Amino acid sequence: MGKLDVAGETTGLGLTGTAAWLGPHAATRNDAAMPANRLVRFIPSHNPSMATALSLTHLGSLMRGVRSVDEVGAEERAASLAKRSIKKSSKLWALDLAVRCMDLTTLEGADTPGKVAAMCAKAIRPKPGDATIPSVAAVCVYPLRIADCVEHLRGSTVRIASVATAFPSGQSFTSVKIAETEEAVRVGAHEIDMVIDRGAFLSGDYQRVYDEIVAVKEACGPAHLKVILETGELGTYDAVRRASILAMAAGADFIKTSTGKVQPAATLPVALVMMESIRDFVRETGSPVGFKAAGGIRTAKQAIAYLVLTYETLGPDWMTPDRLRLGASTLLNDVLMQIGKERTGAYQSADYFTID
Amino acid sequence: MACCPTSSSTELDVRKTYKLFVNGEFVRSESGRAYRPDGKVNVPRGSRKDLRDAVRASRTAFPGWAGRTAMNRGQILYRAAEMLDGRAAQFVQLLGGGARARRELDQAVETLVWYAGWTDKLSQVTGTVNPVAGPYFNFTIPEPTGVVAITAPEVAPLSGLVRRLAPALCGGNVVVALAAESQPLAALTLAEVLATSDVPAGVVNIISGQRKELLPWLASHMDINAIDTAGCSADEIKAIEESAAGNVKRVIKVTSDEQSPYLVAAFMEMKTVWHPIGV
Amino acid sequence: MAITKKQSAELARQVFEYAPAPEAIDHVKIQPHYGLFIGGRMVEGHSKKRFPTINPATERKLAEVVEADEVDVDRAVKAAGKAFDSWARLAPSRRARYLFRISRLLQERSRELAVVETMDGGKPIKESRDVDIPLSAAHFFYYAGWADKLEWAFPNRKPRPLGVAGQVIPWNFPLLMLAWKIAPALAAGNTVVLKPAETTPLSAMLFAEICMQAELPPGVVNIVTGAGKTGSLVVSHPDVKKVAFTGSTEVGKLIQRSIAGSGKRLTLELGGKAANIVFDDAPLDQAVEGIVNGIYFNQGHVCCAGSRLLVQESIAEPLLEKLKRRLSTLRLGDPLDKNTDIGAINSRAQLEKIRGLVESGIEEGAELYQPECVLPERGFWFPPTLFTNVSQSYRIAREEIFGPVLSVLTFRTPNEAVEKANNTPYGLSAGVWTDKGSRILWMAERMRAGVVWANTFNRFDPTSPFGGYKESGYGREGGVHGLLPYLELN
Repeated sequence: MGKLDVAGETTGLGLTGTAAWLGPHAATRNDAAMPANRLVRFIPSHNPSMATALSLTHLGSLMRGVRSVDEVGAEERAASLAKRSIKKSSKLWALDLAVRCMDLTTLEGADTPGKVAAMCAKAIRPKPGDATIPSVAAVCVYPLRIADCVEHLRGSTVRIASVATAFPSGQSFTSVKIAETEEAVRVGAHEIDMVIDRGAFLSGDYQRVYDEIVAVKEACGPAHLKVILETGELGTYDAVRRASILAMAAGADFIKTSTGKVQPAATLPVALVMMESIRDFVRETGSPVGFKAAGGIRTAKQAIAYLVLTYETLGPDWMTPDRLRLGASTLLNDVLMQIGKERTGAYQSADYFTID
Repeated sequence: MACCPTSSSTELDVRKTYKLFVNGEFVRSESGRAYRPDGKVNVPRGSRKDLRDAVRASRTAFPGWAGRTAMNRGQILYRAAEMLDGRAAQFVQLLGGGARARRELDQAVETLVWYAGWTDKLSQVTGTVNPVAGPYFNFTIPEPTGVVAITAPEVAPLSGLVRRLAPALCGGNVVVALAAESQPLAALTLAEVLATSDVPAGVVNIISGQRKELLPWLASHMDINAIDTAGCSADEIKAIEESAAGNVKRVIKVTSDEQSPYLVAAFMEMKTVWHPIGV
Repeated sequence: MAITKKQSAELARQVFEYAPAPEAIDHVKIQPHYGLFIGGRMVEGHSKKRFPTINPATERKLAEVVEADEVDVDRAVKAAGKAFDSWARLAPSRRARYLFRISRLLQERSRELAVVETMDGGKPIKESRDVDIPLSAAHFFYYAGWADKLEWAFPNRKPRPLGVAGQVIPWNFPLLMLAWKIAPALAAGNTVVLKPAETTPLSAMLFAEICMQAELPPGVVNIVTGAGKTGSLVVSHPDVKKVAFTGSTEVGKLIQRSIAGSGKRLTLELGGKAANIVFDDAPLDQAVEGIVNGIYFNQGHVCCAGSRLLVQESIAEPLLEKLKRRLSTLRLGDPLDKNTDIGAINSRAQLEKIRGLVESGIEEGAELYQPECVLPERGFWFPPTLFTNVSQSYRIAREEIFGPVLSVLTFRTPNEAVEKANNTPYGLSAGVWTDKGSRILWMAERMRAGVVWANTFNRFDPTSPFGGYKESGYGREGGVHGLLPYLELN
């Protein structure tokens, strides 16, 4: 049985029962396996030093024991939630929330200070002349553009998120990733969107992935860490679930679906699986972790579907930018047009919404 | 021909005491009663308690028999054909001798051989894989319904019984059979064939006695899943159908010469299994 | 942030309880009263008795229908008898075309049918819209294709139709059960007299219109409304050669008894008390969805509902926690609202029955759990309910409740799960949740039930045979097996 209650007893935490996110095959075969279990379950995410201090020799077997996901069932559940219908004032509020949770993103080789300046203006005031539309949660840029954001977002509530750790592939040296993270935070990033090393993950080197997240988290200092799983490269929902658990155990403040550079990016079932992992992790550890969907969210309708999914999976406490983000480059205008439609009753034209 | 009381042997016969066949054993009726259908030979007159014991034995034997591989059941049915054929002379005599008796015996042997070959084809002919509109693998397979009661017809007391027994056994059911009331000897002797054919104890139970007395108990027994009415009159069928409603028994009414996989299927339940297809 | 975290959560709580999103009903015309569909047209009943059919969510009368009497039923059966010869002799490919037509008409009028189904029966519109009506149309489409291929279905035989089929259907899936009955009967060349359930006759009345629109030859389909008395007149009519019934085991037994000796062919699809078995290695979140879908789908008015949850003891605690949490997100209310998960209980009588059984569960010592749930003032409602500490001997673990009530039992080993699952006179369906392939097959083999859902539950498809073991009835509906009850194989 996958009983981890021994860990609870020995640590005097009085925890019993089976971890909901673990399958029964994650059995602790001997005492040597205990640290890994204890680690993933009980190490508070804000104490990475304790994590690195412990032996992780059994992390692999622990990961293989993460409870499975039935693909068809997960997709059906997501599809059924997508059919929820939101009308009128509810819809307006939901659209407002979508704006408040948005990470307005540009991640192009062609990004310039001018492009970022325009985006920052849009982030602060999405609809010029309409103060009732709130600012977005954050902008998300490459590290070299952080300084531009600092300049143009001064005095606003909009936070600066920077991708880091050899985004988007993650195929670089850990030292480089750490250095990049430290530099990004130093120049003004409030949030770091790191990518996991999918190569290591898929080859079964969970230890490497885990250690790297722990190290980057440490490098973040006060900045929030979002860990991008790049679910489109993981192949199965089982792997998504494993990666989610691994990232949260290693100290992620948010787990995030995708870079936006790989198809498929965010999908509703992937989001569902990640949110269910968060729910289980919170149940076990008590420490909440946020969720960010990124890539492929282009319409207000899609955005609302993610909100519904979040509400029904994680509950109202996640309906805030502190715990939910929607990363998008082209979503904002569609949301604004929908808000216009709800307010005026007339369908809107793109000509009336700025392209930045 | 020690078994046969009509033998004209000058030796003093060692007569056989005819017994019921319950749970693989040859037993007297618990009632201690007998009747003489031909006016000479004592045949046990089975009671409702004998039926009860037989149903209990068959229920116990059911999972084992249903769980045998189809091939194994086929081999056992074929073995029964071998054993029956090996005793051909005895059966022909029991059936009254002559060409007609011989035909009946041959037919019984042939029926066993025919159904022996069906055990491992039935699900291929009556089962399906169903192309449902969704990401599911879905298949339907025949499974035995459980304890089947069979009433042997009075005509053709051997082959008539074998024609119902074999298809029921073929699919993995267990059987409580009522021998033909007027000519039970062949059925009771068939038990000896089955007992030497690796048919597990309890899989076939054969009771002789008076149909009028026993049928109501069979028809109302809550642990019998299906009842075959091959040997019954219209009035009897009506009575059986009324009682059968007590536990929604399947009442099987097909012509007594039916020989087909559809008859096997009549003793079967179709089970459909769904499973998602995903990674 | 302009809005605090707490405010945001509170607002979310309000918004995502969702503002009403009612399905439009202005495109649906329900007549004040309906006659009977006999001989190809709507006729006034001989019987002057009428009874109302109400919307169980509002208790408002929707229409009045005839309580058909002996003369009405006789007329319907005679009409079906008269139509039989020509229908059976019609080129099979033409029979097929009529059925294809009906299927298409059902699709074309799907939203209207969904609304009527929901108003008359109380089921959530999302279910009538996404399940009942599409499956009904699909059923006709599937059997349409069989009409001219019967010789391929039964090798070595010449299948022949039986004659007039008398069909009595329940109120839980009115149109779908109608489709399950009429489509294979017609494909096989029979004609039918169908009696819809007394509380849900309206979609059948719409179906009568569709038969006329399809220009189906008169008398091939006849529909008589009424209650149990009318139903018994249909099944006992001497010219009816084949009886098909879906409903309670109690009534099924009465029918089996009543037609004893008549030579009529009979198929029964009766009650159930399905075990939904969750092993400790199951994909838990999907299992929770399957459990919810298994028992709260259609308010639990489902004969194959997974009303007994058998959960492996080692996983019971987290599973129940998840399940209870999930229950709290179920929305009960206006069945016409697109966000409603749990609609109205079909009738006052059914509500009383559910209440009685739930009372018995409490009295026998089971522990009741119901999420916070405001029930509308009018109409018939029952909140999603879960019982823990249930013993196999409790009535709620043995009797079919036919409502949104789940009994939770635990097991320790696979053998114990099999034993408990099969320990019932019913045998309609079973669910198995486990990640281990060989265990799925091992379990599927041992379930004494006609349908086994592994890692899913309550899935239906026209190609997939459905029907029970033991007291859940006999005969199959759906698939090639569904043709057999409507054919003579000579």
